[in-house]
Amino acid sequence: MTPGRTERALGRSWLLAGFAFLYLPILALVVYAFNASPLPTVWGGFTLKWFGQLAQDREVLDGLWLSLRIATANALGAVVLGTLAAWALVKYKRYLGRTLMVAMVNAPLVMPEVIIGLSLLLMLVSMQRALGFPERGWVTIWLGHLLVGMAYATVVIQARLQALNPQLEEAAQDLGARPLQVFFLVTLPMIAQALASAFLLTFTLSLDDVVVAAFLSGPGSTTLPLVIFSRARLGVDPSVNAVATVVIAVVSVVILGGSYALARAERRRAQEVAAAAHSH
Amino acid sequence: MTRRGLSWGARSVVGLPLGWLLLFFLLPFLIVLKISVSEMEIVTFKDLVTWTDGVLHLQLKFSNYLFITQDELYAKAYLASLKYAAITTAWCLLIGYPFAYFMARARAALQPALLMMVMLPFWTSFLLRVYAWKGLLGEGGWVARALDALHVDQLLLALGLISGPGQYMNTPFSLVLGMVYTYLPFMVLPLYANLSKMDPRLLEAAYDLGATPWVAFWRVTVPLSKAGIVAGAMLVFIPCVGEYVIPELLGGPSTLMIGRVLWDEFFANNDWPMASSVAVVMILLILVPLALFNRAQAEAQAKQGARG
Repeated sequence: MTPGRTERALGRSWLLAGFAFLYLPILALVVYAFNASPLPTVWGGFTLKWFGQLAQDREVLDGLWLSLRIATANALGAVVLGTLAAWALVKYKRYLGRTLMVAMVNAPLVMPEVIIGLSLLLMLVSMQRALGFPERGWVTIWLGHLLVGMAYATVVIQARLQALNPQLEEAAQDLGARPLQVFFLVTLPMIAQALASAFLLTFTLSLDDVVVAAFLSGPGSTTLPLVIFSRARLGVDPSVNAVATVVIAVVSVVILGGSYALARAERRRAQEVAAAAHSH
Repeated sequence: MTRRGLSWGARSVVGLPLGWLLLFFLLPFLIVLKISVSEMEIVTFKDLVTWTDGVLHLQLKFSNYLFITQDELYAKAYLASLKYAAITTAWCLLIGYPFAYFMARARAALQPALLMMVMLPFWTSFLLRVYAWKGLLGEGGWVARALDALHVDQLLLALGLISGPGQYMNTPFSLVLGMVYTYLPFMVLPLYANLSKMDPRLLEAAYDLGATPWVAFWRVTVPLSKAGIVAGAMLVFIPCVGEYVIPELLGGPSTLMIGRVLWDEFFANNDWPMASSVAVVMILLILVPLALFNRAQAEAQAKQGARG
């Protein structure tokens, strides 16, 4: 059934207005990064000076380097833990603590960040009192991000695992493959796309976080979002616009390129599976 | 897997993430609970149980909770948080439901691109996108000028949502706008996932039985998408209750939310037990929405598994 003409017109304008709402701030950020006037609302002509200043801004560069390291460690850890948790939820249906695990995986998705930050900090402080480690620094920020990242990774990977045809794994098992061989040779290639999206998602989440990092950071471990936040609090600052433009450019290229590559790989896989199924 | 239980390998696959979550998710909450009834010491907190002169002492201090119930500031901040979270959720649903509906009804070839376009802002830093509204709503900003030209400020002023003609920043208006903007994709994505899987034959059957499109929408589409509405609403409502960054950047003195109170207790007053008590009360407030969200998620996952 095709939608009627009025519905189509209404639908088109609603989507257009919605996307305009979503993209307007991004456009404004980028435009004002090239504004020669430091005032946010006066157009003073085109300039690249804010980007030049950025290249010498130690605070921003150090924060960026720290954030990139934490984001990478976070994405790696989240994908490993998320795969394990997703496997535990999809493949095993009955064990002690499964209901609790479902709740503990879902809760960090919506739990206010102030609560996650505060509770983890208080635990880590108690732990440090008892055991002498960890010091507040990049490791503690990483642990905080890992908690949220793992939850997101689990949801993404779980959806993919559930959609898999179990017959492929069973066939491998029947042909004599051990469980680990089945996982690495059959399952892993089939969920590779989900692992890659989980990696990208948890990477960007970590790169964006202010609240958890604020609670868990120590002296000398100021991440890029903390630098941006402290400047944004004071008002509109062209250096923040310049950082934003760089971040937006990098993220767009990586995400668009990455999803294009993933979609192509996925199509090729589907064709191969279909061809294999056909020839037998 | 045998009937008697899980194999050794399966046990470690289950045990590792479960243990990790128990250690880093559940245990911290118990510690917050503990510290919220602890005595304050310089910089940190006192232990509940102490061993002095061979006698075990247990000290519980409920004065923090008493203080929360007595001081108006906390009640006001909690109420404001619930109010703004509810308003934000309503607006997200109002804008997001038709948005997801039209997305699901768009040509099939177009849908992956539309989905990508909803996800993309979500990938680019949320902090920077919230910051962008400071410029847009500030004096002379693009949106501020457009609203002035349309005389929307008169309406907003009459409703008490802004502080003066043309003054949009640091008001309830800018706060809600920023929260709706940030959380809209969280509403659209579960709704779209739900609506795009709906069987179109159900609508056709309704039309064949004489329903008008409007009636079919309210009697067939909306009830069938209930799970998506619940998931989306909770994904917006719960984090909004404790939101800190948006009220700090876009809110003003009249929009004190509980996330900011907790932050100030911790960072400005260094009162860790008080911050913990505020957190415990916040968790109690979101407990029911959390349970709703958990149930909606579990149901959606079970359905997915049955289909796969």
